Amino acid sequence: MFESLTDRFDGILTRLRGRGRLTEADVDEVLREIRTALLEADVEIGVVRKFTTAVRDRCVGLELSQSLSPGQQVIKIVNEELVAILGGETLQIRYASRPPTVILLAGLQGSGKTTASAKLARWFKQQGRNPLLVGADLQRPAAVEQLQVLGGQAGVTVFSEATDPVAVATAGLEEAKRLGRDVLIVDTAGRLSIDEELMDEIRDISGSVRPDYTFLVIDAMTGQDAVSTAEAFHAALTLDGVILTKLDGDARGGAALSVKEVVGRPIAFASTGEKLDDFDQFHPDRMADRILGMGDVLSLIEQAERTMDQDVATKGAAAIIEGRFTLEDFLEQLQQVEKMGSISGMMSLIPGVSKDLKRASESVGDSQIGQVKAIIFSMTPRERTDPSIIDGGRRVRIANGSGTTTADVNALLKQFKDMQKMMKGFGKGGMGGALGGLGGLLGRGGPKMSPQAMSDMASQMGGSDLAALGAGAPGGPASPFTGAGGGSKAAKKGKGGKKGKGGGRVTPKSR
Amino acid sequence: MDAALVTAASDALIAVAVAVPVCLVAGGVAIATRRRGRGTDGAARSDGADAEVAGAGRMTAVLTPRATPEVAPAPTAEPAPPPTPEPEAEPASYRGRLGKARGLLSGYLGAVRAKGRIDATTWDDLEEALIRADVGVGATDALLDDLRGRVKSGEIDGPDALVESLKGDLVAMLTTDGSGLAVVGADRPGPVEGETARTVDVWLFVGVNGVGKTTTVGKVATRLTRAGTPVLLAAGDTFRAAAGEQLSLWAERSGADIVRGAEGGDPSSVVFDAVQRAAAKGQPLVLADTAGRLHNKVNLIEELKKIRRVSDRPPGHVTEVLLVLDATTGQNGLAQAKVFLDAVDVSGVVLTKLDGTAKGGIVVAIQRELGLPVKLVGLGEGPGDLVDFDPEAFVDALF
Repeated sequence: MFESLTDRFDGILTRLRGRGRLTEADVDEVLREIRTALLEADVEIGVVRKFTTAVRDRCVGLELSQSLSPGQQVIKIVNEELVAILGGETLQIRYASRPPTVILLAGLQGSGKTTASAKLARWFKQQGRNPLLVGADLQRPAAVEQLQVLGGQAGVTVFSEATDPVAVATAGLEEAKRLGRDVLIVDTAGRLSIDEELMDEIRDISGSVRPDYTFLVIDAMTGQDAVSTAEAFHAALTLDGVILTKLDGDARGGAALSVKEVVGRPIAFASTGEKLDDFDQFHPDRMADRILGMGDVLSLIEQAERTMDQDVATKGAAAIIEGRFTLEDFLEQLQQVEKMGSISGMMSLIPGVSKDLKRASESVGDSQIGQVKAIIFSMTPRERTDPSIIDGGRRVRIANGSGTTTADVNALLKQFKDMQKMMKGFGKGGMGGALGGLGGLLGRGGPKMSPQAMSDMASQMGGSDLAALGAGAPGGPASPFTGAGGGSKAAKKGKGGKKGKGGGRVTPKSR
Repeated sequence: MDAALVTAASDALIAVAVAVPVCLVAGGVAIATRRRGRGTDGAARSDGADAEVAGAGRMTAVLTPRATPEVAPAPTAEPAPPPTPEPEAEPASYRGRLGKARGLLSGYLGAVRAKGRIDATTWDDLEEALIRADVGVGATDALLDDLRGRVKSGEIDGPDALVESLKGDLVAMLTTDGSGLAVVGADRPGPVEGETARTVDVWLFVGVNGVGKTTTVGKVATRLTRAGTPVLLAAGDTFRAAAGEQLSLWAERSGADIVRGAEGGDPSSVVFDAVQRAAAKGQPLVLADTAGRLHNKVNLIEELKKIRRVSDRPPGHVTEVLLVLDATTGQNGLAQAKVFLDAVDVSGVVLTKLDGTAKGGIVVAIQRELGLPVKLVGLGEGPGDLVDFDPEAFVDALF
């Protein structure tokens, strides 16, 4: 996501990096490019104007810092302004003192409300809540059936009846109280902001269920119109936030910036894939890092934390560091990673991944993973620990056993061998060495991986903690992995997010 | 070791543990792709519906289990054309409905006209008007650069003429020969020796998620059955929950037959079966819905290519591949059009949801860069709210 915007900035700022001084002409050139990049990213034109003015004001006449190059200074300013627009902090859900906490979703047709409802319900479930879904979209044929299927997948009950949307929502609220559910999510029909009748209807729904949170669902591919839509819905319903969908496309998602700027409400959640788990809270500061090509390791770790078996992950990582990572370990890790969602979604979170690798990862589907697993399953335990014994005969047997070809088996073995060679170097430098090695691995096939990005990643992941500890400072906030109980992750996350500024592990920018 | 240090280290470890398998798999696929690209593909063949040898660059030909498409009984009991057919005064309704959303651009152009002369702010206003309509930076620059030249040469002398020239340019850009829908049954290739005759036209509806593909198929079905062309619907969206139900309801409304597959089944086989059934029953046209897919998902685009290939096998003959595009789509629409055009040879665009505040200006960029004509426009949720594209009305409604 935002790749193209990142590329644009990369192109301009790399040129700037070589300069010793920042002239006014330099700034203007950069701003022109940034303006075009933002417009092509569908950022609303008024917001673009405001953004470029803010950046210009801060860049021209800027006292050049001794320690930072002019390029780094511009990146810093652009980054800060992006964060300023996207909103500083992640929205924290405050649960109603008298349950249920009611959440109303609204939006245009096809923005992804029904899917987002189900994903949101699953998210709440993972937070230890007990949600009820209400299907109040009686307009689109089979919308309620769709919600029922998705609710089934998420393990959340769906309530609906063939009356009218307001009645369904009201009855849904009663049902939630009766069943003792603590979160109620109301899915509504798509509507145009200029359709007065339907806007009245959703106002009535809102009036009858009195939502604690009203979210506008917006497609990340939306163009300039995002702003007028958001304004209209905000005027009718008083929004609390936005859910941004389809961020796994290659749309640059400028709508996110515009809506936040114009309506003043944060992007609360973002949906990044077709699986129900491809959904999370939106982290504005991380997103700005992402726009600037710094990746988003924190989101990846959180995703891992939610879905992976900690023991297996730690064991696998230890094996990697110690240079004894076998196909058996790989199989274990693969099964863990599979649970986390789509491979390409995860790839997009790792900083500095080469373009080729990203593109390749987009085509990794369940069938490819299945194939890799089948090949390893068809090996004997000895072959898995020591692939070098796999000769021609064994290859044929493995291929037959897994329903693949010997070429497929060869490809996997070769890939694994290359990987092992690289991993051998990991252990030498301790954690830093491992990260550096990983950088080399991911950047393969493209020159995009910079040591800078790698050290950013290292600092994102706890370098600051390590440094702080080295200096004898008190420890940062508890790692998510230590307090691993199923407890309230939201609270923990919130704490981390705020304390992060104080130099803890979660500090996203410790450069 | 200090506890915090241990946990920081374990976070990093886990990131590595995740990253390694992820890139190992992705890298493996990249290698496999390159290898297949060299033609040593040993991908397993599927079943009758996909009896092709995997071609260069294909990555999805991995044994999709074939769902047995169930043929839903056609709602022959009462195909019931609606008792009161809605009036379809097309151009009128087009302008009328777009009119609701007017105002924004006329504001800019009003300012341009009111000034009486052309100056720097004139160009800024025009640029802003076009950008706000999602025409895009590239197309806007091209349009305005051309106009600047003509103002300089004295060909255009004043704001009124400037606005009229801009409108004229846009209309000219959007007016093409190929904007009519294919005529059903026309242009069928003659029988090839040893091949089944092509007796069934297939129209595919493709696009990203949530643009209105299923609704568009339903509306086109209504329109054609009302005009006396029997159609068979193929519920090729086997991915989205309840997409089949949604299309079934449209089939009932329009009185068309429908062929459905199991949820999660192979969409190609659904379309294949629909074509077979249409041929057996002597129906001339299959309208095939497909699952929404983001254009950057390589495997899903490959799946779509397969659907197209299977649909175009005799007796089937693909005569339209319509890219459904949401009018609210911004610059990403161009990327979508490019990928779908490359992959499945799109023949035209259906621009939906134009009855809102979005202007759909991205079709200008799509027409300009890819030469893809807009064929149909969606103006509402009713069965009759799908009309032929009218460039003049479109541009007029913009301004």
